[in-house]
Amino acid sequence: MTIAAKSLLLIAALALSACNNPDRYGAGGAGGADGGIDTTGLGDPSNPTSIAYFNQTVGDRVLFEVDQSTLTPEARTVLLAQAQWLLTNGGYAAIIEGHADEQGTREYNLALGARRAAAVQNFLISQGVPANRLRTISYGKERPLEVCSEEACYAKNRRSVTVLSAGAGV
Amino acid sequence: MKKLARLLALALWGAMAAVTPASAELNLTIDSPTVEPMPIAVAPFVDEGGAGDYAAEIGRLVVADLVGTGLFYEIPAEAHISRISAFDSPVAFADWKAINAQALVVGAVSVSGNQITVKFRAFDVFSEVQVDGAALQFAGTTDGWRRMAHKVADVIYSKITGEGGYFDSRVVFVAESGPKNARLKRLAVMDYDGANVAYLTDSAAIVIAPRFSPTGDRILYTSYESGFPRITLMDVGSLERRSLDEQEGTMTFAPRFSPDGGTVVFSLERGGNTDIYALAVSSGQLTQLTNAPSIETAPSFSPDGSQIVFESDRSGTPQIYVMPASGGEGTRISAGKGRYGTPVWSPRGDYIAFTKQNEGRFHIGVMRTDGAEERLLTASFLDEGPTWAPNGRVLMFTRETSGAGGQTSLWSVDITGRNLKQIVTEGPSSDPAWSPLLP
Repeated sequence: MTIAAKSLLLIAALALSACNNPDRYGAGGAGGADGGIDTTGLGDPSNPTSIAYFNQTVGDRVLFEVDQSTLTPEARTVLLAQAQWLLTNGGYAAIIEGHADEQGTREYNLALGARRAAAVQNFLISQGVPANRLRTISYGKERPLEVCSEEACYAKNRRSVTVLSAGAGV
Repeated sequence: MKKLARLLALALWGAMAAVTPASAELNLTIDSPTVEPMPIAVAPFVDEGGAGDYAAEIGRLVVADLVGTGLFYEIPAEAHISRISAFDSPVAFADWKAINAQALVVGAVSVSGNQITVKFRAFDVFSEVQVDGAALQFAGTTDGWRRMAHKVADVIYSKITGEGGYFDSRVVFVAESGPKNARLKRLAVMDYDGANVAYLTDSAAIVIAPRFSPTGDRILYTSYESGFPRITLMDVGSLERRSLDEQEGTMTFAPRFSPDGGTVVFSLERGGNTDIYALAVSSGQLTQLTNAPSIETAPSFSPDGSQIVFESDRSGTPQIYVMPASGGEGTRISAGKGRYGTPVWSPRGDYIAFTKQNEGRFHIGVMRTDGAEERLLTASFLDEGPTWAPNGRVLMFTRETSGAGGQTSLWSVDITGRNLKQIVTEGPSSDPAWSPLLP
């Protein structure tokens, strides 16, 4: 690999971690001053105890079927790894965001997002993660990740994201 | 903000009958499936001293209100044969019949300092009589001139259609900016026609679905200001706000007042399950109204306060149910294909408006309170969240376009499905909620 290619990869990694910054919603989201999220650096993605590693390698998000909050086998695999990581790295707490795609009313999607976040929370607790390290929040359809109005985007927007912060409890 | 408070506090309205009218037969039934718009002539308002541009502006706004309903069309001033040079001069009915004006409005404006007086009379041209009750005078301050025009138009509309007016009203909504994946939202309030916009919050926190109190002095909405969604109560005059329920680990949203303003119904989510609760505003006492593992949300009281219509997905898809105001299982009323949400009881009690999603399209619709006579009024990629005009005959709602550049806008439509039109706002806007008719 050339040095230029390596630099590009590094830039891509940085861009990705910027995307995963829990503060991406500004003061309007759980990243607000009162939301309890430490928004300082995500750390070195090659360091397995860093938030960046969790986000990129363990995987911070799982996807859901239309209107569903049932965890798919793929989601369970990711969440098992999340639980393992959280048990190993006791110094982190998490806010689990639930999101919905734009098909549906604002109110219904808020409730649906909450269901999804709770499904993830319950799974992590069932794997031994202490409940006092986990909180949930729903954004409904307020914060889509992808902006097209097609299933390809909707599928990525029906998600939960486990947003870490330094600190043993939330 | 001071101006807003002053406008809302404006309490100088005096009304008096100027003339004892003969009975008039002019009428327009807006519920019939087809309506031929009524030709109306509004004579340029007479300047009775110091009125300047106000005379013409007020006359024009009266026309805009009436024509904007789709129930009237204006016979323009250039076609008028008679000129009205004095408010009390006899009306040459033959001249107005000749241009086929069924209704004629005569008005006059005077201004002294910042005080303005507007008076008007409306005539049934073919019966050659003044329309019963349509002769009034309003006085106030000049910065409330639009409200006076709306009040004039409300009286005329009301006397001719037999329905309540709705022009002298406000709409609270969410003003949006920024890209779809990082939308900034702030609460704003405007006149029903989009004029006199004032912002009530900044855009630091996501705000959702504001609702007026029954007297228009308070606003309920959902705010992420604390970092988590919380129902919030704002005093419109002072803009002071507070979260109403702050139980750790819960989320609250979809608030709405009871008709007496003393109770707030809303959704409370705990452990992933959303149910409907009632909160007594003064005591803070919380009562759980539904208890099911499904999603129960979007509650709205009947105008007599005895029942609540809400949305639940207990059947597998979101549908509309009605329960007693004290809570309970409820009875499903939506029966058609598709998904139903955001039910809102008409202030007249006769219909429930809703959002319907079916085969990839969204609709605003109305049904009777038992679910009968469902009628879809609109169709688009995304229509959502109807709110009733104070007279229960017009709905406003959010329309959003599709794709990466998708934007929200406000639209209104009659419950007959006629007169679909966009409310022009400064920027993308969503979640409108109509105030009651202003005092």
